[in-house]
Amino acid sequence: MNMAADFKAFTVEELLTGLRKGSFSSYEVTSYFLDRIETLEEKVHAFLSLDPEGALKQAKQADTALAAGRTGKTPDLPPLLGLPIAVKDVLCVDGFPCTCGSLILEGFKPPFNATAVQHLLDAGVVIVGKTNMDEFAMGSSTENSAYGSTHNPWNLEHVPGGSSGGSAAAVAAHMIPAALATDTGGSVRQPCSFCGVTGIKPTYGRVSRYGLIAYGSSLDTAGVITNRARDVETILRVMAGFDPRDATTSDLPVFEPQNTEGDLTGLRIGLPMEYFIEGIQPAVEAAVKQAVKLLEAHGAQVLQVSLPHTRYALPVYYLIAPAEASANLARFDGVRYGLRVEDESLIPMYLKTRGKGFGEEVKRRIMLGTYALSAGYYDAYYGQAQKVRTLIKEDFEKAFEFVDVIAAPIAPTTAFKLGQHTDDPLAMYLEDVFTLPANLAGVPGLAFPVGFDDHELPIGMQLMGPQFSEAILFKTASVYQKFTDFHTRMPAGIL
Amino acid sequence: MSISRKEVEHIALLARLELSDDEIRRYADQLSAILDHVAALQELETEHIPPTSSVLPLRSGLREDEPLPGLAADRALQNAPDSEKNQFRVPPVLD
Repeated sequence: MNMAADFKAFTVEELLTGLRKGSFSSYEVTSYFLDRIETLEEKVHAFLSLDPEGALKQAKQADTALAAGRTGKTPDLPPLLGLPIAVKDVLCVDGFPCTCGSLILEGFKPPFNATAVQHLLDAGVVIVGKTNMDEFAMGSSTENSAYGSTHNPWNLEHVPGGSSGGSAAAVAAHMIPAALATDTGGSVRQPCSFCGVTGIKPTYGRVSRYGLIAYGSSLDTAGVITNRARDVETILRVMAGFDPRDATTSDLPVFEPQNTEGDLTGLRIGLPMEYFIEGIQPAVEAAVKQAVKLLEAHGAQVLQVSLPHTRYALPVYYLIAPAEASANLARFDGVRYGLRVEDESLIPMYLKTRGKGFGEEVKRRIMLGTYALSAGYYDAYYGQAQKVRTLIKEDFEKAFEFVDVIAAPIAPTTAFKLGQHTDDPLAMYLEDVFTLPANLAGVPGLAFPVGFDDHELPIGMQLMGPQFSEAILFKTASVYQKFTDFHTRMPAGIL
Repeated sequence: MSISRKEVEHIALLARLELSDDEIRRYADQLSAILDHVAALQELETEHIPPTSSVLPLRSGLREDEPLPGLAADRALQNAPDSEKNQFRVPPVLD
């Protein structure tokens, strides 16, 4: 084996190029990241399960295929061959446990792969493990995991954000080059903001939800987190596409990357006035406005826009998502999988199993959703929320008549401290005010780092675009990352 | 909006959740606070606004009926807490 290169500083593109050329092997790269996980996991706790042996076996197989490719025998090598990745523990991977961060799924081993995961396996990735998350993706800090909190690599006393906190922290700590994540109300973007990494919440329907254990079915999306927009794009393009197993996937062709030489002439960027409100941390506002200025300097035109129903996104989301969750989570009943608390008859078995298996936040949302859907309250709560959802969606449609993308903060603050919001569910929900609207409208959002606050905690920005406009978001963020280095900085403190 | 203890117990039964006394008390307070917050939606006039249940245009789900292999019974049962004769086994439904 050659002297191991310092792979943590490599982009996904550089890893893939080097693997293809034979500059290094997948076995070396995978071993390197497994070593980093072993060193850092105690501090960060980004993972819920790991399979080093299986990963190294997959890596060796990839190396055999790569070697064959170099002799010209198999000219069409799959695009991600030999790349180690991690998967959020809400997506089913055959051979790995899938807990969703919940006791009720302890020991559950799905007998199939999620479609997005299958696409990646077909493309040659090596899956090393499953990442920590808020239970059933309900939370904004990863503190709702039944298996302990993940810590923010930039400051271990702070949360990594949530619900995809394990994926974001693992990528931020360079324990893995890329990790799958999901976003129902901000669960890709907010942890990206808190951990200083780059991730996409795609358009609803861009990526199949088959094998993504459902939380809010009309809102759930699967995306990916890495350290660079172009790398996020490369992996998303593999995950995306129509799936006969998910009737809500789009049959539009997967987008092509847009080339750019750093020129954004003709791009109109909207700044929504409702996202720059009192209560936002000054450093966050300053960093986002500075980032937009940089895009302007490279040819973009910046305009004010209004999304007047923004303040209703929170109440709409916290009716619709729990309502859908209360129906989706009915399947966890101690019959087909997961925990069962025995009783002599059926209904008490259900009651005890679900009472013990679900954590506090999940029970709270099931209760809220059940109430919102119950007889006598349906029209006033769920029905009204669906109507206001239409108004929020129309806000975006109107704004996108005037601008191509909308730039906005992701969270009002940088990463808060562990335990800071755990006693006040409403305060925790308020963390999501800037991310919920994109889910309600079904539009894509790309998160990437644009600065740091005085405490060396990362600040993120999101670019939102019309449905199926991912290519423009990636192009814009790539121009930004060409001229800045926030995305290449590493949390040196924990090493 | 205030949710009573009795209402919390009723919702918990509908949702098939056994709750402790402490949880019932806590959820009564917290659900009341959350419902107060979402009451802001009532101030909007929405009589002529259609509800959004899907953000994408719905399309026909019809396709050719082609037989495909399904999940094998042993794999479908591999996670079952209790099974017998290739079926999920549950406690008695009726006493």
